[in-house]
Amino acid sequence: MTTPHSEFFKGVKGILPILLGVFPFGLIYGVSARGAGLSASITQVMSSIVFAGSAQFVMVQLISAGIPAGIILLTTGIINLRHTLYSASVASYLKHLRTGWKLLLAYLLTDEAYAVVITHYQQPDESAYKHWYFLGAGLGLWTTWQASTATGVLLGAQIPASWSLDFALPLTFIAVVVPVLKHRVDGIVAMVAGSCAVVAVHLPLNSGLLIATFIGIGVGMLLPTKNRKTFSDEVENGSRRSEGVRSGEGERKQ
Amino acid sequence: MTTWLLIVGVGLFTYAIRLSFILFFSKAEKLPPFLLRGLRFVPIAVLSAITLPQLLLPKDVIDLSLRNPRWIAGILAALVAWRTRNVFLTIVVGMAGLWLLQLLF
Repeated sequence: MTTPHSEFFKGVKGILPILLGVFPFGLIYGVSARGAGLSASITQVMSSIVFAGSAQFVMVQLISAGIPAGIILLTTGIINLRHTLYSASVASYLKHLRTGWKLLLAYLLTDEAYAVVITHYQQPDESAYKHWYFLGAGLGLWTTWQASTATGVLLGAQIPASWSLDFALPLTFIAVVVPVLKHRVDGIVAMVAGSCAVVAVHLPLNSGLLIATFIGIGVGMLLPTKNRKTFSDEVENGSRRSEGVRSGEGERKQ
Repeated sequence: MTTWLLIVGVGLFTYAIRLSFILFFSKAEKLPPFLLRGLRFVPIAVLSAITLPQLLLPKDVIDLSLRNPRWIAGILAALVAWRTRNVFLTIVVGMAGLWLLQLLF
C-alpha cells in the first residue's frame, strides 16, 4: 500500500544516485560561469529561473561572447525543445491532477528528473500517488542543483579540468537508460538516435539532437514488435489508471 | 539589466515548453495509438542522443582511439548498468574506469 509520503521518499531515493552525476555538473557550471565573468548572483539565479543544465552552460558561453539576446533566446529555446517530448510523454499520467500540481511538476521537469520519473510511471505497480514520487525526485534534484551551483561559485576556478567531472553526467544517463532497454527495438532506437546525434553534431543551434531523437522514435514506431498492443497499452494504462484513481477504483484496490 | 531580462525570458520560455503538453495541450486528449506508441521511445531516444556524442566526440571529432577513454569507460558503465541495474555503482565504476584509463594512456 502506498501513501503520498512513501511515494515522496521513494522519489527522493530514486533520484539520489542520479544526484551523484548532477552535483559535479552543477559544480562545473558554477565554476565556468564565474570563469566566464558572470556575477555570482546571476550564476546562482540562473539555476533556479532557467533550471536547465545544458541551456545554462550554453548561455554562459554566449553571454560572455556578447551574442545578442535574441539569438541566445532562440538557441536555448531549441536546446530545450526536447522538453516538449518530456511534457508530452508525462502528460497522460498527470491529467487527473489539479492545476497547482501541474504547474509545480512542470517546473521540475528536467532531463534527470524525467528519466527517473518516467521509468517509475512505466512500472506496472499501482499507486495513486506517483505524482508525489515526481515531487520527491524533482525537489531532490532542484536542491542539489542549487547547492552544487553555489559550491561551484564559491570554489571559483579551483577544480582542474583533468578531473573530468563532467563525465559523470553521461554516466548518469547510461545508468538510467540501459536498464530500460527491455526489448530489442529499444536497443535499436538507442543506437539509431545516438548515432544520428553523433553524425549531426555540427548542425547549427543544436538541432542535431532533436533530429536524432525524432529519427530514433520514428524507427521505433516503424519496426515490427512481437506484440504491437503492449506498447500503446502501457501508455494508455498509465492514463486509465490515473483516471480510475479519480473515480475511486484505485482506492478500492488498496 | 538586459542580462537579467534575458535570463527571465529564457526561464519563462523553458517553463512554457515544459508545461506545454501537461497544461496547455492536454485538451487534445486522445492521441492516435501509433503516436502513443511513439511516446514510449521518447526517453530512450532523447537520452541516447544526448549521451552518445558525449562519449564519442570529446573534441567535436569522432575519436575511437585510446586517447579518448570516454567511450571505453562508457561501455564499461553500460555493462555494469546492464548487470546490476544500480545507478550509483554504474557512475562510480564509470568514473573509476575513466580515471584509470586516463592514467594508463
